[in-house]
Formats: sequence, C-alpha cells, structure tokens
Amino acid sequence: MPLARLAAGRFAPYKKESVVRFCRFLRASGLPGLLLAACAGCSGPAAHGPRASESEKVLNVYNWSDYIQPSVITDFEKEYGIHVNYDVFDSNEILETKLLTGHTNYDIVVPSGSFLERQLQADVYRKLDKALIPNLRNVDPQVARATALYDPGNQYSVDYMWITSGIGYNLAQIRARMPDAPVDSWRMLFDPAVVARFADCGVSVLDAPSEVVATVLLLLGRSPNSDSPADLEAAARVLHSIRPYLRYIDASRYIDNLANDDICLAMGWSGDVKQAHDRARDAGKGVDIVYSIPRAGAISNYDVLAIPADAPHVHNADLFINFLLRPDIAARNSDLIKYANAVLPSLQPLDPAVASDPGVYPPPALRAQLVPERARPAAYQRLLTRMWQRFKTGK
Amino acid sequence: MRLSARTGRRLVAGIPILWLLVLFLIPFVIVFRISIADVRLAIPPYTPLVSWHHGAGHLELHWDAYQFLFTDPLYVSSYLYSLKVAAVSTLCCLALGYPMAYAIARAGPGTRPLLLMLIVLPFWTSFLLRVYAWIGLLNNNGVINNVLLYLGVIRQPLALMQTDFAVYIGIVYSYLPFMILPLYANLEKHDLALLEAAADLGARPWRAFLAVTLPQSLPGIFAGALLVFIPAVGEYVIPTLLGRPDQLMIGRVLSDEFFENRDWPVASAVAIVMLALLVVPILLLQRLERRQLGAQ
Repeated sequence: MPLARLAAGRFAPYKKESVVRFCRFLRASGLPGLLLAACAGCSGPAAHGPRASESEKVLNVYNWSDYIQPSVITDFEKEYGIHVNYDVFDSNEILETKLLTGHTNYDIVVPSGSFLERQLQADVYRKLDKALIPNLRNVDPQVARATALYDPGNQYSVDYMWITSGIGYNLAQIRARMPDAPVDSWRMLFDPAVVARFADCGVSVLDAPSEVVATVLLLLGRSPNSDSPADLEAAARVLHSIRPYLRYIDASRYIDNLANDDICLAMGWSGDVKQAHDRARDAGKGVDIVYSIPRAGAISNYDVLAIPADAPHVHNADLFINFLLRPDIAARNSDLIKYANAVLPSLQPLDPAVASDPGVYPPPALRAQLVPERARPAAYQRLLTRMWQRFKTGK
Repeated sequence: MRLSARTGRRLVAGIPILWLLVLFLIPFVIVFRISIADVRLAIPPYTPLVSWHHGAGHLELHWDAYQFLFTDPLYVSSYLYSLKVAAVSTLCCLALGYPMAYAIARAGPGTRPLLLMLIVLPFWTSFLLRVYAWIGLLNNNGVINNVLLYLGVIRQPLALMQTDFAVYIGIVYSYLPFMILPLYANLEKHDLALLEAAADLGARPWRAFLAVTLPQSLPGIFAGALLVFIPAVGEYVIPTLLGRPDQLMIGRVLSDEFFENRDWPVASAVAIVMLALLVVPILLLQRLERRQLGAQ
C-alpha cells in the first residue's frame, strides 16, 4: 500500500520522506521478519521473566506517520529523563505483520481498534497498568464505550485519536454542477446518478476496503459490519455502478488534490480533509474545501495506544500513555494533526477552530449515528480483498 | 602441520556451499514449511509443524494453500503475466545490451574503463529514485508528453503511465547493466584472430559474427538473460509504480496475500510456486548451454 501511495502522490522525485517511508516499509515487510517468525515457531515460546532492559531509560514508540506534535516527544524526554525512539508506519497491515512475527522491541504501538480486536485474540498485547495511568479518568466515556467493543473493559488499550470517514468537497465546483447536491448524504458518492454529475471535476474514494464497504452497507440500510457474502455482493454492485465516475481509489492523494482543485469530491478521513481545507486556505486561490458527515451516519475508527506483550520497557510505556492523556498534551497533538482526541478536558486548551469544528468533533446528534468499524473473519477478508481488486481494476 | 591440498580444496569449495546453505536452502525450507501450515491468529500466525496429542506428536501437513492457487484465476493469470513481462524485458535487454557490450569490448583500452563506468554509474543513485523519475518522464503532464505536445507531434497527451509499455521501460532500464556486464566479460575475451581467419576465408563481417562471435558469446548471453529474467519475474516496485492497475504481477499478489489477507501459508505457496516456475527455465537454459559448450 505505501508503494501505491508513492505512485499515486503528486510527482516529487526527490521527496525525501517518501523514500524514508519506503525504506521503512522494506524493513517492515520482507524476509527478515519471516525468518524470525519461523525461528520463533520452531523454538517454542520464549522464556518469560524479569528483563534487565526494564530499568533502561528508553521507550520505543511505533506510531502512524504525521500523527503527533514532535515537541510532545521532546517534552516527555525532558520530564522523565527517558529517551524515546520514535518510529512510524502508515498501514495497519504492516503493524500487524510485525506484531504477529513477534519480538518487535516496541513498547507502544497504535493500531486501529478493528485491528486490535483481532490481534487481542493472538495474545500480542499486555494489560495496561492502570495505577500508572491516572489520566485514564480524563477519557471521554462515549469513546471508552466504543473502544470497549474491541477491547472489553478497555483493559489493554486506550484511545489516542478517533476518526470519521465522510465527504470532502469543493464548495464552488459542487454548487456550479448541482446547486441542490445532497452533500449530507452518501448518495453524493454512491448514487451513480449523483456522482456522475461530478465526474468531470474529479471524484475519489478511499483505498480502505472494509471501511468503504461498511459505508456502502450503511447507505443500503444493511448492517455495516456484516460479514455475509450476500451483503458484500450488494456493496460490490453499488461500487461497480460508480466505478466509471471515479478518477482514482487512494488513501492519501486526495488531500493535495482537493486543496489544488484537481478533484472536487472525495471520500476522506476527517483530519485529512481538514488538512486539505487548511492548505487550500493558505494557498489563497479561493478554493473552499468542506467536510461533511452524512446525517444518516458514517463509520468511525479509533486508533488506540497499546503495549505489545513482549515490550521491553513496560513501565515507561505506561508513563508515556499517561503523558499523552494529559489535557494540555492531547490538545497540542490535536491542534497539529486535526484529529479528535478522547481526553475531554483537552477541549479547553484546544484551538477553538479545531474544538468547534463539527467535522473533527461532531455534534451529539451526529455522533450517535457513528458506527465503529469492527474486525471481520479471515474468510470474509479474503472475499473482500478479491472484490476490492476487481473494483480497483474496474473488471 | 601443513594443510594438505585436498583439505584446502575442500575448504575453498565449502565456502560457497555454506553460503548457499545459509542464504538459500534454509530460507527456502522455512518458506516451504510455512506454505504447508494452516493460518491461525497467534504469534507466529500459522500452525506448528508438529502438534502433541496424548504425548504423541502428529505431523500437521496442510496442502490447501497450493490447492487454493488453482481455485481462483487470479494466480494463474498473474504468473503468466509475470513470465511474459520478464521474457519480453529480457529480450529487449539483450537486443539493446548486446551491441553496447560489443562496442565496449572493442573500444580502445583508454575509453573502455570510461564506458564501463558509464554503465555502472546509475547504480550510484537509489533504484527507487530512478524508477520514480520515470513517473515524471511518462506522466500525462510529464516531460515526454510536454515535449511532444510542444513540437506538435501529438495533440493529446499519450497515456504512457500505468501501461505494459511503462513496465517494460522501467525493467529494461533498471536491469540493462546486468545484461551488459556479463556479455562484456565474455566478448572481451574473444580471440580476434578468429574473425580475421573468417575474413581470410571469405566470410563477410555479418556471416563471421553469426558463425564465430555469436556462438562463442552464448555463455555470456545465458548469464545475462538469467540475471535479468529471474529478478524481473518477481519484480514488485516497478509494476507497482509504473504498471497497469488491472493486471497484477505475482510480486504484488504475494504482498497482498501477506499484508491484506494476512495468509502467510498462501503467500508462501505463491513464493514456492514462483521458485518452481523459475527453476524449470533455468535448468532448460543450463542444459542448452552445456550442449552448446559440448558442441564447441
């Protein structure tokens, strides 16, 4: 997936971060992990016991790229005298592969809830030491209820940021083509009669199979987290009917393209569309990007903080989680990345432009309509991957 | 005590054997072993080879992954496409690389190192950057289309990106040195007196090339062809960046199995079958090569 993103992104041959990201991807993927896993497989479970590394003043964090305020890390290092090794990934699949290979050496990882739900069955996490995380009391109970779907009792994880996927659009372009466009309905994207009107100014859909299918099922009035092949088939029919009007299917390209008026309509993640909006505003060319969560509901995701079972510095990890849940720290993170955190008292210090943005923090009525994305069984996952390949290739 | 000549020989031969054992055979056995396991949600995400019931070990062999490869046309079509892309790219590399290697081998002793340097020079830049640069050249608003539009050769930008053509360009460009270098090493050793003798016997240059140079250079052609063909079949980066979205090469299929479906056994089975597909043409080529050498 990162490679596809590279290809899709605007041409920038010497874009350093892409290369760095690719190298990380290579490190994260291939044979080394396979070898390790196979060795772990033949030698049986490793002995558990007190580790010498536990007293080390070190913390290894593995988080999504561009998903933290960098000064937060240095502040933590200063306050606790703990050196942080901060590494990033950009797909849940890569994180999961590393976790299931074992011996990641990471102390904190940030999977999406639906992935954590599956990974918990594989015993890859250890319970949080709640005594060390008093700031857990700051967590929004509504978010805690949602994450308890993945992690009953919230014993292994706590929300870091939460996300909706909705509709991002260019106000002027949409108005010019369809003054009464149903911008607060998924029909904008998934009704061929509607989306066809915007094909000429560019439409994109997220390259996130289970999330897109769940969204289509929501529109169809079926259960979004269904794992029935019949429901998948119904969603596939809708997706095929709109395929001719899509310019591409990608999970990151739309941010720049919306901002630059290269596309006018996209299914996108809340913070990403907000970033597109800010970039368009800063460019000063009169492009106004709007994010809308359809009134009938949308899929929500929760990126949670969790500690791998074989983490070498568990104590430091608990301290770091507690630090991230401090209201001022959570506010600084959300200020920068434009995603909603679950720390209720952080709304006070948060930039009002973010805190009062209904796209970032939806109003209560809309929040009630959000459906958390859930894990699917492996057999369904295979059908989904195949259907998605067909959808992407337009076959 | 002095090492006997035999022990010395054994030691020398032992190093490449050890190398093969550690870096080829052991990984192969590991991948094969995963391919005959079943998926499960655990660390590692596949079943153990031996399960214990009532104090007795049971060998757990699952061949489902291999069977599965034939239930969906995706796999067969991706294998065939990968073989086609690799074969065409190898032929293009040969057609381009042979004259270049020949020219270098016949160049004066002063210019030869310079020419070789020029062949190797691109390796000093990251492979990824070089492939990425082709995106900038081939894009709809890329260099090639803009130049052609400016010259009035075309009115509409040509769709060059995300085509087979772009994949061939990327692979031939990236792997050409692997064809040229072994060919050069071979052509450089040819005895030019043979060509003179052919000319003395009345052969025209073209005839002399076909009868003298070409057969002698076959080992170089085989070596170069294998060095291009083998990595091209499993190529992942180039087709992902430049290739068609509607036809996957097997490298991409393997990565999807691994990361999207999280099915390590099927991913491993895809890799093992790919290896088998590669070994067959290699053995054929080797036999052909041996026969050629025998004929000489």
